[in-house]
Amino acid sequence: MLSRTADNLYWLARYVERAEYLARILEATQRLTALPLAYVGESNEWESAVATAGCAGAFYAVFSEANEENVTDFLAFSTANPSSIRSCFEAARTNARAVRTALTVEMWDAINGTWLELRRYGNGPTSREELSRFLRWVQESSLRFDGCAYRTMLRNDAYWFTRLGVYLERADNTARILDVKYHMLLPAHEQVGGPLDYFQWAAILRSVSALTSYHWVYRESLKPWLIADLLILKEEMPRSLASCYENIVTNLDRIAAAYGRQGPVQRLARSVRTRLQNSRMDDIFQRGLHEFIQSFIADNNRIGTTITQQYLT
Amino acid sequence: MAVAFDEMTGQDGKLRPAYRELSAWLGEIRPDVLDYRRREAEFLFRRIGITFAVYGEADSQERLIPFDVIPRILSAPEWALLSRGLEQRVTAINAYIRDIYGKRECLRAGIVPEDLVFQNPVFRPEMNGQKVPHDIYVAIAGIDIVRVDDQTFYVLEDNARTPSGVSYMLENREIMLRLFPELFSRHRIAPVDNYPDELLATLQSIAPNTAAAEPTVVLLTPGVFNSAYYEHSFLADKLGIELVEGRDLFVRGEEVFMRTTQGPKRVDVIYRRLDDDFLDPLAFRPDSVLGVPGLMSAYQAGNVTLANAVGTGVADDKAVYSYMPEIVKFFLGEEPILRNVPTFRCREDEHLGYVLDNIDKLVVKEVHGSGGYGMLIGPAADKAMLAAFRAKLKSAPANFIAQPTLALSTCPTCVDSGIAPRHVDLRPFVLTGRDKVRIVPGGLTRVAMKAGSLVVNSSQGGGTKDTWVLDG
Repeated sequence: MLSRTADNLYWLARYVERAEYLARILEATQRLTALPLAYVGESNEWESAVATAGCAGAFYAVFSEANEENVTDFLAFSTANPSSIRSCFEAARTNARAVRTALTVEMWDAINGTWLELRRYGNGPTSREELSRFLRWVQESSLRFDGCAYRTMLRNDAYWFTRLGVYLERADNTARILDVKYHMLLPAHEQVGGPLDYFQWAAILRSVSALTSYHWVYRESLKPWLIADLLILKEEMPRSLASCYENIVTNLDRIAAAYGRQGPVQRLARSVRTRLQNSRMDDIFQRGLHEFIQSFIADNNRIGTTITQQYLT
Repeated sequence: MAVAFDEMTGQDGKLRPAYRELSAWLGEIRPDVLDYRRREAEFLFRRIGITFAVYGEADSQERLIPFDVIPRILSAPEWALLSRGLEQRVTAINAYIRDIYGKRECLRAGIVPEDLVFQNPVFRPEMNGQKVPHDIYVAIAGIDIVRVDDQTFYVLEDNARTPSGVSYMLENREIMLRLFPELFSRHRIAPVDNYPDELLATLQSIAPNTAAAEPTVVLLTPGVFNSAYYEHSFLADKLGIELVEGRDLFVRGEEVFMRTTQGPKRVDVIYRRLDDDFLDPLAFRPDSVLGVPGLMSAYQAGNVTLANAVGTGVADDKAVYSYMPEIVKFFLGEEPILRNVPTFRCREDEHLGYVLDNIDKLVVKEVHGSGGYGMLIGPAADKAMLAAFRAKLKSAPANFIAQPTLALSTCPTCVDSGIAPRHVDLRPFVLTGRDKVRIVPGGLTRVAMKAGSLVVNSSQGGGTKDTWVLDG
């Protein structure tokens, strides 16, 4: 297929995935800040939301303070923020329009419908209730798009590049949450306990829609190192780094098999997966959770660049 | 102006046979049902994303062309006549272009004045003596037809460069089939949905001889910002070929390649929806970023087919148009089946005098204009506009032609006040391959949505209708 087409599909999937992630962050933050101070402490959750979205630089160039209004506007509706939910959907639709021929009717319908409906929200909701509805809608739109891709696309390179976009973005998002909240997950907190941490941990899980999964996997009350284990190493958890890499390797292998040629990106992705498979939480904590995540984010970025070099230009 | 011929009720108000069932159905259907389906049609169009960009309107990068749910119907004998006429006309156009860039016999015989060819900005000296694969210059033509009475169809304009609108022909039919299945079951309507197959067969048939047994065909688009981008992506999809932009292609060793995820792949036939000027910055406009540097060298080496060929504009110019009947006779030795609208060539003194005296009754068109831009409709113009056009005519008469204001036929159309007659034209599409000419029975019917208006161009607020050719 055309390199440009593959590039558009890959980014289309990334943008939709990112929009969903931003909605989840906002939802979790909204929930957390609605609790009485005694339960969540004095920390500024909106600041943390900006950091988790990975756009602190751009945000503080425009606003001096991170509060509900500013952050919601910037992450959800701002046209000045190239990674706001609105900008993501706009970019996704532009990409989709450029590769209409590579999309199924259902996928186009999903993304075009989302784009048309986005206009209804104008410059943003006027009430909290409306915001909640909006955030739900964003997540449903993303699920719908993803479901359409899964159920209607031919299983060929177009599909595999779309999947690569999803998993690379997802891995990046999960890693960012861990990176911002890593101090909450260190085993030292075990002694602290108390309602404050409980709600923080629950919010982390919620932002990757894993609260219920946690209970099913561990059948225990929330423990920070288990949360880290779930999000990093558990392959059965669809947003974990391990699961994302399982999928990235699989899809890269399918592309390589179809094209009859392995390349640098396949080797690189396999080495990241192997590292995740061979890791145990104890070791990761010992060597430093923060360092581990930082190096993972760097690897993930390198794989993105290599995919571009190998296939998309 | 006389009362226009109506497609449904003729001149005398008597129901024409082809419209019998439709007329009965229109009598039966409840207005609210019709209205509901109308809105559903609009919803479907928006959902599918069929939009059209109008140049010069800042806010409406993507606009919907109004769609009218009442079809325009042609009987089998009417279509048989049109179809023979179209094949004849396009065959003559191909012979004419080949002659212009080759032996120039028609110039020597005085059929067409030389300056009309050589001073025409769309004449391409690069094509002189250049052989094109299988001598086919215009593989895809869109011929605009208007009707003035029961017997008379005129060719209004030939489009031999990059005619658009065929996606509407196909989508209009799809939408109608979805919304009005009961109406289809009461007629036998010739299908149009084989057009993509016919187009692909045509394009493959004109691949260069150096191409592989299964030639690679691509569609070259200027990109998403082009007004017809929807159509480009739609067609590429239906044909199952890559939709490429200039940056996806490159030329090496006089061959054209596209950049794919598996490395470079040779391209044999380019169905290009990009004007000559932008094709190759090395040969034409150096500032074009839409084209492919070196494309002309590969073309001249005979390693790639461009459809349509470079330089076909010499045949569809409004000034050359008036010579088409002579061109048909000269090259085919036949009488033209389809007539031209009587046309005054302002370049000729005698004609110019008449046009200046009667400008308020005529339609004056710029010979290089298209899409309804830069034209004057005499009866609808005020004094100042007439004076301005008179001045333009005097300063550069050769740039203009004039035609009588035709009473274009009307067709019943849904408007706010109910169902009313509106003027229509017809653009059928003619495909010319190495093996044969293919014409899908139907075309794009354009309709002027404003009462009395004769301007059907979508850029000027015209709408479209499904076009039915009855099968026996």
